[in-house]
Order: sequence, then C-alpha cells, then structure tokens
Amino acid sequence: MQRRLLLAGFAATLLAAAARAATDGGPRRIPVVARKFVFIPNEIAVRKGESVLLEFSAPEVAMGFFAPELGLRALIVPGEVARLPFTADKAGRFDFLCDVFCGDGHEGMSGHLVVTA
Amino acid sequence: MPADFDRRDFLRLAGVGAGVVFASGLAGCAARAAVPSTDFHFVQLSDSHWGFDGPAVNPEAATTLARAVAEVNALPSPPDFVVFTGDLTHTTDDPRERRRRMREFKAIVADLRVRDLHFLAGEHDASLDRGEAFRELFGPTHYSFDHRGVHFIALDNVSDPAARVGEEQLAWLAKDLATLDKDAPVVVLTHRPLFDLAPQWDWATRDGDQVVAQLMPHANVTVFYGHIHQEHHHRTGHIAHHAATSLIFPLPAPGSQPKRDPVRWDAAQPFRGLGFREVERQGAAAFAIRQYPIGEA
Repeated sequence: MQRRLLLAGFAATLLAAAARAATDGGPRRIPVVARKFVFIPNEIAVRKGESVLLEFSAPEVAMGFFAPELGLRALIVPGEVARLPFTADKAGRFDFLCDVFCGDGHEGMSGHLVVTA
Repeated sequence: MPADFDRRDFLRLAGVGAGVVFASGLAGCAARAAVPSTDFHFVQLSDSHWGFDGPAVNPEAATTLARAVAEVNALPSPPDFVVFTGDLTHTTDDPRERRRRMREFKAIVADLRVRDLHFLAGEHDASLDRGEAFRELFGPTHYSFDHRGVHFIALDNVSDPAARVGEEQLAWLAKDLATLDKDAPVVVLTHRPLFDLAPQWDWATRDGDQVVAQLMPHANVTVFYGHIHQEHHHRTGHIAHHAATSLIFPLPAPGSQPKRDPVRWDAAQPFRGLGFREVERQGAAAFAIRQYPIGEA
C-alpha cells in the first residue's frame, strides 16, 4: 500500500513537472503523428538554441523517425509516445524520414526540420 | 582517398574488352589465396518487385522479369547459378496477396535453365511479416554455401523492419567465418548496403558496421547487393561492395535529389537502367562484372 502511494506520488510529481514545463519555460512540446505514409506535420520549425520535446505517436503500425544530419532517431510504437528532447545548435533545413519499413509508400515518408537562426 | 571506385581504374584493372564493366577483388593478390583457382560465373538478378503497378515508371512491369529470364537463358555460357538479391516481390499489406506474388515470381523464374537458384529477401518481401512468407516459399533468409572454392554468405538485413542484421545473425556470422582461412575467397550477398550509402534515403543497414568489422580480418571479401536499383561501387577498406540494377525501375544516384523517386519510363529508351549482371571469377579472389541491360543481351 505504502509502495502504491509512493508510486502515485511520484507519478503526480512527474505530471506536475510536465505541466510546469509546458507553461514555465520548459521545452516546447511538438506532437508529431506518424501515419501511413506521412508525418503530421511533415515540416517542423524550431529556433536555434530553443529546447523542444518532440512527441511522436503512431496510431497504425510501428514507424521510425530519423534525421541523420542531426543525429535524431526514435522508434515509434503504437500505443506509446516516443519523446525526443532536442536543442538545435545550427540553423538550416534538415531532412527526416521513416526508417522502419511500414508498407507501400514507406519510401516517400519524409519531412524537414527547419531551424531558424 | 575516396572510397568510391574510379571506373577508369576498374577498366585498367580488368584489362578486358567492351562489355565488362570492371573487375573486383584483389587481382594482384590472387596467388596468395589458399584455394586453387577454379573459374566460374554466376548471374545476379535483383529487385524485380513482382506485383508493382506503376505505368509511368514501368508500363512493362508484367513482362520485365520474364524478359530477364529469357536473356539469362540466352547467355552464350550458362551460369553455374543465379542469385536474387531481394525485393523479389513488391510489398503488400495482405499476407495472401504477398504469397500469391511470391508464387507467381517462383513460377516465372522456374524457367531459368540453371541448376541452382539462391534467393534473398528484400524489405518489400520480408519486413511486414519478419520474413514469414519468404521462409515458407523460399527457405531461410540467411545461410551460406560453398561453390568451387568460394564461400558465399547470404545475409538478411530486411526481416527486421528497422534494417538490422541483429545479434543472433551476427553470432551466426561469426561462427560461419570462424570456419574459414583468413585468405579464403568470400562473397557476401545481401539486399541493403552494409555501409551508410545514403542514410537520408534509408540506404544503409543499421548494424552494417558490425558485419563489416567481422569481415575485415578476411583478406578476400566481395559484397554484392541490391536495394538501390542502380550500379554502384564502393570500398570499405579492402572490401568491395557492388550494387546491382533493378528489373522494375531505376532510382536516382544516391543523394542526388531531395527525394528518391523512381526514374520515369522513357519511351524512346524502354528498359533504360534495367538489367542484370554476370559475375565471373577470375583467379582465386578476383571477379569480373559484366552488365547486361534488358533488351541488349
């Protein structure tokens, strides 16, 4: 019982921390949905030096997010949110793609992460 | 020194007439190999994508594979065997349709007049069911065999949809390589490139570096693969990697444009960029590659 209370307390603390982050200068959350065969959005805009939290979900099948030039990679499993913290240290337009084969259309599943100075 | 091959170097190395693209391997070191020379040749077919429907890129999708089969059968000297380096079929979400396409593919290539056929899976064949249908119809997705003094290793880097060879197969590879002399000629067959050719186009194997690390102690290794629908030649150290053309549509040169869209069909040059290759062993550890465009064999 005591253990459950402790866990509940810990979860509440985490939720509160996340809520504070959303409103008190924590990383900006950017939800990204990976569907067959498109990222929504497929263009993600951030500012150089800005801390963001990419939050991926895939409602259909397992997908991947890979931005090779930025070294960002996430496996996106249905039913879970894959979180990827990121702070851009260079401006530019960087390709990302799905790197988990997901069907006929996988090859065209890509987008851009645009970092402005 | 750039890792990509210089075509002129190959032509010099090959020292042979028109038609042969180049020779690969350590020709100058052939005498060091432990196994005596026993020349032979085989044919590599790749990426037929049976079941693909896209008239703008190949209005002859229903006939291209059969043309290739007929042209292999018409070679002046029949190959010892034919190897298919993956994407035999085009992907589908429907397991029954996947198996139907595989059976149709098998029926077409059954007309090849060769004794042995060796099949590898591509991600279109195997990634959506982790190789289940492929194994039912074609057998294991990784294996090795010996042919006239050359050790062939077929590696599966597609049954994992994230393009990993995986720990289990890496352990199998280590055991397989441990049986060989370090100077034995080795040919690795696989679908995806084992090196980072164009990660932004998913032209890579996530743990390919671990495969290459295992191969590095072996002096005479050549890799033949598919996936990128075009000829491409590269070295990682002393290991040569040769990508094959497709039998459905060509793709643009690695990283040459924003998207890896198929090259559209050119009615003035039908079947342009499609074909197969003949690989001839010359000496213990050297291979000459002759490219056969569809319609010109």
